Amino acid sequence: MKKILIIILLIIPSVCLSQDEFKGMIMDKNNPKDNLGLEGVSVYWLNTNVGTTTNQKGWFTLPYKPTYKKIVISYIGYKTDTLTITSLEPIHHFLTQEGELHEITIESKRKAVQKNSLTTMNMFTVNSEELLKAACCNLAESFETNPSIDVNFSDALTGTRQIQMLGLKSPYILITQENIPVIGGASQVFGLTFTPGTWVKSIQISKGAGTVVNGFESISGQINTELVKPFSDNPVFVNAYANANGRLELNTHFNKKLNNKWSTGLYLHGNYRGQKFDNNGDNFLDMPLAQQLNVMNRWQYVNQEKGWVSFINLRYLVDEKQTGEVNFNPTLDKGTTNAWGSEIDTKRFDISTKVGYVFPELPYQSFGFQFAYSNHKQTSYFGLRNYNITHESIYSNLLFNSIIGDTRHKFKTGISFIHDGYNELVNTTNFNRVENSVGTFFEYAFDDLENFSYTAGLRVDHNNLIGTFVTPRLHFRYVPWEDATLRASVGRGIRTANIFAENQQLFASARQINVANVNGNIYGLDPEIAWNYGFSYLQKFNLFSKKADITFDYYVTDFNNQIVVDWENPQQISFYNLEGRSVANSFQVEVNINLAKGLNLRTAYKYFDVVTDYKSGRLQKPLQPRNRFFANLSYETNSENFNQWRFDLTFNAIGSQRLPNTSTNPAQYQLPAFVNGYQLLNSQVTKVFSKKFEVYIGGENLTNKRQLDPVLAANDPFGANFDTTIVYEPIFGTMYYAGLRFRID
Amino acid sequence: MKKIILLTILSVLTLSLTAQEKKKDKNAKVTFEVDGICGMCKKRIETAALKTNGVKFALWNVKTHQLNLIMDERKTDVLTVQKNINKVGHDIILEHGKKMESTLDAYNSVHPCCKYRDGKIILNHEGELKKVKKTKN
Repeated sequence: MKKILIIILLIIPSVCLSQDEFKGMIMDKNNPKDNLGLEGVSVYWLNTNVGTTTNQKGWFTLPYKPTYKKIVISYIGYKTDTLTITSLEPIHHFLTQEGELHEITIESKRKAVQKNSLTTMNMFTVNSEELLKAACCNLAESFETNPSIDVNFSDALTGTRQIQMLGLKSPYILITQENIPVIGGASQVFGLTFTPGTWVKSIQISKGAGTVVNGFESISGQINTELVKPFSDNPVFVNAYANANGRLELNTHFNKKLNNKWSTGLYLHGNYRGQKFDNNGDNFLDMPLAQQLNVMNRWQYVNQEKGWVSFINLRYLVDEKQTGEVNFNPTLDKGTTNAWGSEIDTKRFDISTKVGYVFPELPYQSFGFQFAYSNHKQTSYFGLRNYNITHESIYSNLLFNSIIGDTRHKFKTGISFIHDGYNELVNTTNFNRVENSVGTFFEYAFDDLENFSYTAGLRVDHNNLIGTFVTPRLHFRYVPWEDATLRASVGRGIRTANIFAENQQLFASARQINVANVNGNIYGLDPEIAWNYGFSYLQKFNLFSKKADITFDYYVTDFNNQIVVDWENPQQISFYNLEGRSVANSFQVEVNINLAKGLNLRTAYKYFDVVTDYKSGRLQKPLQPRNRFFANLSYETNSENFNQWRFDLTFNAIGSQRLPNTSTNPAQYQLPAFVNGYQLLNSQVTKVFSKKFEVYIGGENLTNKRQLDPVLAANDPFGANFDTTIVYEPIFGTMYYAGLRFRID
Repeated sequence: MKKIILLTILSVLTLSLTAQEKKKDKNAKVTFEVDGICGMCKKRIETAALKTNGVKFALWNVKTHQLNLIMDERKTDVLTVQKNINKVGHDIILEHGKKMESTLDAYNSVHPCCKYRDGKIILNHEGELKKVKKTKN
């Protein structure tokens, strides 16, 4: 009897339990046929914290009470559904993907350049739509429609474009690819041309000090590129391009989803220029003969239920350039004075990996690990001068994101290790250098969710050549009134200058190289240290009921030490530590106006005052225009079934520039102290036929503005006055191009 | 006697299984419905929730009106959060169509475009995201 009682008593609660259970299965609306359940979907009773997640087959079981009426079903990437439960019959429910409903509307609303009022840092995003406005061809050429980045030619021979921000050259900008530094050391000058434009998904540009998370080197700003992702890029993409000065480019992307977690992509880029052009008749090629083969393989892993995300990238690049006199034949004339010529060959291998983990239960908490290895080898000669550099680099960064109390107080912290090994041969002198840095950082971000936020970052690093140092960075954002954003920032950056790699154009001149030895650790010189501070004011407003915005930026970079690159003696180039002041002031006002549907105007005025104390006195930085004006007018017709026309017109006015001093040269090789300003006009027309196919044609430098004698003493390239480094205008005149893009969804 | 003890233990065990939800969780996930219409409402609701001591994370969905919270139950409870949301002018929608309404004063403090009790205003927001929820329930 007792036993029976016991059994009954034992059974009662369990019977109650089995009755008070609610079961169901969750599936994906996209694949109703295979009836595969979704694993890891969160299911809970509304207004309670009674919840669970579905198992491998998509099933869930929830305890039930009569007071529970509605269940909420949510899954990352899917619409959250709320269902009213009237009986305890098991349910079968299909979830709809979030993207399906809103993808198209979001795309049409999105602006090509997004100026965010919410980020604490003065950062904006340039997306692929904007990048298409400059159809050619690589990252160096992606900034032509962007007023915050100035593009200059670095020399008369290689056709390479040098970018500047706040009046400072690219070495002072931290250039990262998916937050891993990529351009630096040996790749400083040509590195941007090693990322094909079609690989770029978007670019984030931050002005000023920037974050401490990615290192201590950034001084004037940070540029981050996000590459296309195997998971979201088109399965097949082809881009072909040809221009009137003989440049051919081909880009192909192949992406494949291997399963619901792994995707892979293979990206191939090739470019070729085999025709010789000498339109200015100086017997030097206006553009180098060039070829590049660039292959990247990406692997992407996403496991949303478990919270893991990972990327693995492999990249191999071969780039060859030949420039110099038209009749130069490398096999016969290399190392002789028969004809002046130069060859620059680069081989580069990269591997990088990122692993991210988001705590599934705590969406604000995550771990990230980045690791990158690269081997960059440049072999080159410029006339009788040799320059070889091998740069081996390791970058690793481990970071942890979380909150203090609640999500108004966020922090990032972590540790990093960086190794750079350089092996340089300059003519006959070897320079070897190994740099190792270990560092730790902490960045706290506060946001009151209304009108004020700030980010305070600090890192402490030990570098074997610099010592131990602290890098503070501070950013403020304040919304004084509606649609206005005030930002301010201050921060310090430290870097070691790779004097030869960054100023390679010097080799294509007769200038003697002088490096002042002060027994420093870097070529006998000290590290560069600078403070950057500035503020920005953004006001959005409506003009005739159309959206518009205006931004004022004022930034100052003040060097404690700089490696001064002194071009002021035409027979020499000197590198020495700064003695005195070196300051770059930059002011920019930018206006964006939506004039009519599809018609947008972006215009900017920029003022730069960059002065340095040279040995010969305080001077404006040479080849740096004080005033610049920029305007971009774009128009796109209504898109019907993706059928659309797009028109773009970009105007640049470049103010007068000071040239390096050439007064000690013989009269025929003297240049004026200043050159007048000039204007440039670019245009592009794109016809989109369908989602799959589009063609574009365009013209650069439509006003045919050219520097007629970019090579000084071109008739005597082995003489004492030969110089190709003083370039202040385009070398090539008007250039037309055409291309096509083809994609399969 | 032994058996009674065993029985008691077993019953307590089974009961405690059902009572587990009562345990105070440091990172408790809570969800309830809050009335509102737009992005401005979202910011107001989330801010009010986050400013409650103990609430770590708040996410309000404009479409479904669901407010997802992660909170430290040792420091606060759902009712406190709900009251704080009432204070900034948003109603909490409970089961059976019941509401935990905010005072008229509080409701009047929200921006004119956020007057979610007004059918006309809701209509104004239509075509944005509002309808999705209506069809769902």
